[in-house]
Amino acid sequence: MQYIPNVLFIIALVVGIGYFTKNIRKVIRNIRLGKDIDRTDNKKERLGNMARIALGQSKMVRRPIAGILHIVVYIGFIIINLEVLEIIIDGILGTHRIFSFLGGFYDFLIGSFEILALLVLIGVILFWARRNVIKLKRFWNPEMKGWPKSDGNLILYFEMVLMTLFLLMNATDLQLQNLGAEHYIKAGSFPVSQYISPLFDGMSESTLFILERGAWWLHILGILVFLNYLYFSKHLHILLAFPNTYYGDLKPKGELDNLEAVTKEVMLMMDPNADPFATPAEDQTEGEPEKFGASDVTDLNWVQLLNSYTCTECGRCTSECPANQTGKKLSPRKIMMDTRDRLKEVGDNIDKNGTFVDDNKQLLNDYITPEELWACTSCNACVEACPVSISPLSIILDMRRYLVMEQSAAPSDLNNMMTNIENNGAPWPFNQMDRLNWSKE
Amino acid sequence: MSETMKVPTMAEYMAEGKVPEVLFWVGCAGSFDDRAKKITKAFVKLLHNANVDFAVLGTEESCTGDPAKRAGNEFLFQMQAVTNIEVMNAYEIKKIVTACPHCFNTLKNEYPSLGGNYEVMHHTQFLKSLLEEGRLAVEGGKFKGKRITFHDPCYLGRANNVYEAPRDLLKKLEVELIEMKRCKQKGLCCGAGGAQMFKEPEPGNKDVNIERTEDALETKPDIIAAGCPFCNTMITDGVKNKEKEDSIEVLDIAELIANAQDL
Repeated sequence: MQYIPNVLFIIALVVGIGYFTKNIRKVIRNIRLGKDIDRTDNKKERLGNMARIALGQSKMVRRPIAGILHIVVYIGFIIINLEVLEIIIDGILGTHRIFSFLGGFYDFLIGSFEILALLVLIGVILFWARRNVIKLKRFWNPEMKGWPKSDGNLILYFEMVLMTLFLLMNATDLQLQNLGAEHYIKAGSFPVSQYISPLFDGMSESTLFILERGAWWLHILGILVFLNYLYFSKHLHILLAFPNTYYGDLKPKGELDNLEAVTKEVMLMMDPNADPFATPAEDQTEGEPEKFGASDVTDLNWVQLLNSYTCTECGRCTSECPANQTGKKLSPRKIMMDTRDRLKEVGDNIDKNGTFVDDNKQLLNDYITPEELWACTSCNACVEACPVSISPLSIILDMRRYLVMEQSAAPSDLNNMMTNIENNGAPWPFNQMDRLNWSKE
Repeated sequence: MSETMKVPTMAEYMAEGKVPEVLFWVGCAGSFDDRAKKITKAFVKLLHNANVDFAVLGTEESCTGDPAKRAGNEFLFQMQAVTNIEVMNAYEIKKIVTACPHCFNTLKNEYPSLGGNYEVMHHTQFLKSLLEEGRLAVEGGKFKGKRITFHDPCYLGRANNVYEAPRDLLKKLEVELIEMKRCKQKGLCCGAGGAQMFKEPEPGNKDVNIERTEDALETKPDIIAAGCPFCNTMITDGVKNKEKEDSIEVLDIAELIANAQDL
C-alpha cells in the first residue's frame, strides 16, 4: 500500500510525457510535409544567432517593458524547472526533498526559486493586465478573437496557478517542518512563502499534510498538463524558438530567393543551342511540371512551416506593418496563424485517413485571401520585428508567385506594369530607346 | 533645366577601348520619372565634380526586374536579370553605383546566383567613399543649420543594413539632423515597395505615405531628405496632401549635396 503514491506518480509521468512525445512527433511530421530547403550551412553563425536571439532574448528587449517582463518569466521558467527535477525524483522514490543534503546550497536554491516564482507571478499578472485591462491594440486585432484570445489568457492563468501552488507547497512544508512532522526534515529557505505560512498557523498536522501533498501533486500534475497543452496552443515557441532561430534566414532581408525551377526554364529559353522539340532524356522522368509558388502549406518549405508552429501570436509584426496600420486587411501574424492552422488541418487529415485525402480546401482563399497578399509592401518591418526570426514575407511572396505564375491573377495595374517591363524594359510605357533622353533635356 | 550633360555610355567606352571606374545604373525611375530625373542629374554633376570616370548603359539598360519579382512574377524577373547580366558581363562590369535602393538590392543580392557578380553601391555609400578619398567636398552652403529629417528607404535600411552613409553625408552638410520617432530599423515604409508603386492600394482607412509624411512633419523639418526615387514621390505626394509643399522640400541626398554647392 505504501507504494501507491509512487506508482500513481510514475503512471502520471509516463502518460504525461508519452502523450506529449506523441504530439511532438506529429509536429515534426507536419513540418516535414514542407519542401526541402538547405539550411545546413554556416553552423557557427546559426549557433550564434540561436544563442543571441533565443537564449539571450536579444530582440525581445527592443520593446523594453514586454521584453524585461518576458525575460523574468523565461528565467523563472527555466530555473524553477530544477525544482521540478527534485519533485520528479521524490515522486518516483517516495523521498522528500532529496537534494536537501546539499545543505546551504540547497537553501540558496529553494530561496532563489521562491523569489523567481514571485517575480514570475508578478510578471504574468502584468502580462494579463496588458491584454485584458490596458487592452494593448495588438492583442485585440480581428485575428485574436475567440480561441487565440482565450489561449493567450489560459496560459497566463496556468502560470499563475502553478506559481501559487509552488509557494503554497513551500508554505505548508515550512509549517510541517516547524511542527517536526515525520519526513519533513528542516531544509530550504523560504524568503517568500514564510509570509504565506502564517495563514496556516494553528492547523493540525494532518490538515497541513493534506494541503502540502495537495499542492505538491497539483503542482506536478499541472506541469504535466501544461506540457501537453503546448501542442494545442500557440505556446510551442518555448521549445521551437531555438530551432527556429537556428534555421532562420541568414541572407540580407532584401534578398528573395531565385526560384530554381524558373532558372532552369529561363536558361533553356536563353540558350540558342537548346532544341525546343527535344524529348526528355531517358533518365528524366516526365512527371508533373513543378508548381510555381504556394497555394497550400505543402508548397511551402519546412522552415516556413516551422515558422508557423513557432509563432506565439505576440503581434509585434502586425503592429509594425504599414499595411495593417493603415487599415488594410493584411496582418503578418494572421499569415502565420493561418499557415499553422491549415498545417494542423492537413496533419489531422493524414492522421484520420492514413494519407492526405483531398478536402477541397487550401491555404489560399480558404484561409488567406488575395486582398491580404496584395497589400504587402515587402518592407520587412514584420521580419525585423519578430523576436524569433519568423518571416511572414517569404510566405506572402510564395503565394503571390502562385497567383501570378499559376493563375495569372495579379491586379490589373500590376499586369500593366509587367506587360510594360516585357515590352519595353520599364514598368511604365516608355521606349527603351529613350532611356538616355534625360541627359539632353 | 535645359542643358546637355556629358554622360558617356559603356558602348562609347568600349569603342575607345577604355573601361570606366564605375557603371552608373540609372534605373527606370531615374531615366523616365520627371522628379527622379532631377536626382539623376544632380548625381551626375557630383560624379563630374569628383572627376569620377563613369559610364551608363543608356539604351542597353533595362528594368532590373525588381517590381516583377516582388509582384510574384519570377519568370519575368529572371528574364530581365539574365538579359541584364549578359549585357553587363559582356562589358566586364566590376562595380555598379545606383541611386535607387530597389535596383541596388536586386543587383547586389539577387543577381549573383544568376551569374551577375558585381560590387554594388548605393549612391549615398559611393558619395561617402568619394568624400573619404578627398575627391568630393561636401559643405553646408545654403543648407547649413536647416532642420532636416531623413526617411530610411526599406530597401537600403532594413533590407541591407545601410543606415549610416546617408546620415554621415547629411552631417557633413552641417544641417540639424532630426530623427523621426520611427527611424532606422523601425523606419516606416513610404508605401511604394513590393510593387505597390504601380497599383492602387488595397482598401483601408489611410494611405501609407500619409502616415509616413505625418511622422516626418512631426519633426517640423525644413527639408525631408530621401534616398530613393519612389520614397521621394510618395513623400512629396504626402507633403502636398498636407498642403505643406510651399514650406517643406523633399530632396534626395544627392540633390542636397549638389545644391549646397550650387553645382
